[in-house]
Amino acid sequence: MIDRTELEKGVPQNHESEKVLLPHEMKIKKRRSMVKGIIYALLILMAIVCFIPFLMMLVNATRSNDAILTGFTLIPGSSLLENYRTMMEYVNIWNGFKNSLIISVLVTVLTGYFSALTAYGFAFYEFKGKNGLFVFMLVMMMVPGQLGLIGFYELSKTLGILDTFIPLIVPAIASPFVVFFLRQYIKTTLHPSLIEAARIDGASELRIFHTVAIPIMMPAVATMSIFTFIGSWNNYIMPLVILFSPEKYTLPVLMGFLKGSQVAQNLGSMYLGIAISVVPIMIAFLFLSKYIINSISAGAVKE
Amino acid sequence: MKNLNRYGYFFIAPFWIIFLVFNIYPVALTFYYSFTNYSGSGVAEVVGLANYQRLLTDTFFVEAFFNTWKIWGINFALQIGIALILAAIFSDMRVKMKGLAFFRSIFYLPNLITVSSVALLFGILLDWQHGSLNIVLMNLGLISQPINWLNEPATAQLSVSLILTWMWFGHSFIVVMAGVSGISKDYYEAALIDGATRMQTFFHITLPLLKPILLYIMITSLIGGLQLFDLPMLLTDGIGSPDGSLNTMVLYLYNQAFKYNNYGYAAAVAYGLFIITIIFSAIVFKSMYRNERKQARQV
Repeated sequence: MIDRTELEKGVPQNHESEKVLLPHEMKIKKRRSMVKGIIYALLILMAIVCFIPFLMMLVNATRSNDAILTGFTLIPGSSLLENYRTMMEYVNIWNGFKNSLIISVLVTVLTGYFSALTAYGFAFYEFKGKNGLFVFMLVMMMVPGQLGLIGFYELSKTLGILDTFIPLIVPAIASPFVVFFLRQYIKTTLHPSLIEAARIDGASELRIFHTVAIPIMMPAVATMSIFTFIGSWNNYIMPLVILFSPEKYTLPVLMGFLKGSQVAQNLGSMYLGIAISVVPIMIAFLFLSKYIINSISAGAVKE
Repeated sequence: MKNLNRYGYFFIAPFWIIFLVFNIYPVALTFYYSFTNYSGSGVAEVVGLANYQRLLTDTFFVEAFFNTWKIWGINFALQIGIALILAAIFSDMRVKMKGLAFFRSIFYLPNLITVSSVALLFGILLDWQHGSLNIVLMNLGLISQPINWLNEPATAQLSVSLILTWMWFGHSFIVVMAGVSGISKDYYEAALIDGATRMQTFFHITLPLLKPILLYIMITSLIGGLQLFDLPMLLTDGIGSPDGSLNTMVLYLYNQAFKYNNYGYAAAVAYGLFIITIIFSAIVFKSMYRNERKQARQV
């Protein structure tokens, strides 16, 4: 009897199969599985809606301009190579790919290393003005990137580094949010006694950072690196302002360039260009999805 | 043992040098420009508060302000609504849905794609005559005439809102789920024993306990939304067509500076945007906090 009241109230069942069900229990069960079926159907429909723009993109990338103009089908066409040739005639998309990759990798490495360095400095040394600097950094963290855009452009002009990758890469050394995150992390994971022990062994301060602190910080650095990389890869307004030469364009800027170029006349080539910019990220996500999603969850709950 | 604390300065020095040069200085320089008539070359003449006076009466900026809000608001309501419904479904103890990892990944995928690619993709998918979306909708019989999505202010804004929803509801869903999984199972078990309905459980347990997480989503989304740029820039002609309906504040800033060479005025736009961001973040924060206190009193 106890089991049955529990079932009605919906407490999770572990031994359902072993029990003989009464008729009205069967009914509840049946209704519940029907509701479940409907919800699943709706969820799958939503997943399809989520994915359909990508599907349209992939299919259309293989179809000729005329075919796209006359209608839509899910059957791939045979114009993939032709579309590719048309696109490459005007826009070298791989070049944009290369530029984006160079910038994003360097930004990620610089951010990871220097943020760890700064976080370690803030966490394990006592010096004058430490707290003031840390608070100031937190305040500046709230300032949106666009606020200094015009000054940043003028500064780059003065320094003669417009139309180079330098203004897109070097500022990554100062990433307040990553410093903040890593400091909180290392405060809780690295015990000062470990540093003392290394000191007694005669290790230099920088060596302690490299051999003791960095390995401990690595999981947090990796988490932050994913977001740094994605952020840099997707950054549009900065390279748009800084870069002028098409051969230096990053992928997002090249996308805008594609829109204004002759390629726009051929929809198949346009779809292909977009697909080339999108598919590598989708493949990367396939392998990293669990990791990325866990990082988002962790970041949100912590704050 | 000798004092090692001075090493602290060495560790934080690279950060601060770069931070001062590439972050603080540009922000300060922009502030200075906002009081000048600087045009990108030549001498910057100090004009006092003229740029800020112009900002307050600039119908284009005011329009950009409301456009940004409309686009963000619709998107946020949809995004958070969908995320909460999904979270309610997946956390229900009675129904016990499977496949959370799979759906979460699929729903999140659009968020990772470069916004400029997204803008280009929807730019051609939403094309009036030849866009695949209209063709598919007409084949399905859902519409009889092709909809000119990007040529009417209302549908253009709605399109941007829906694209943003498509991009962000998966992210919000993940964050909400993280919040839900942090709520103690004891509450739900107690509710089950007391015979609470699903609705009661959701509105009296889940929602109140999710408040900090919802606040987090709202503020981050608001800050991001006020900076809306890539999508409106690349979806139409880059100056806010149709009829100025996609003119957002950052798009206006960008065009004032780099299209019309009004650097001084654009700098004032940047600071206007900054002040607006601070004010609204504070309002969101305050109102959520006040509600909490009110509830505490009622109990």
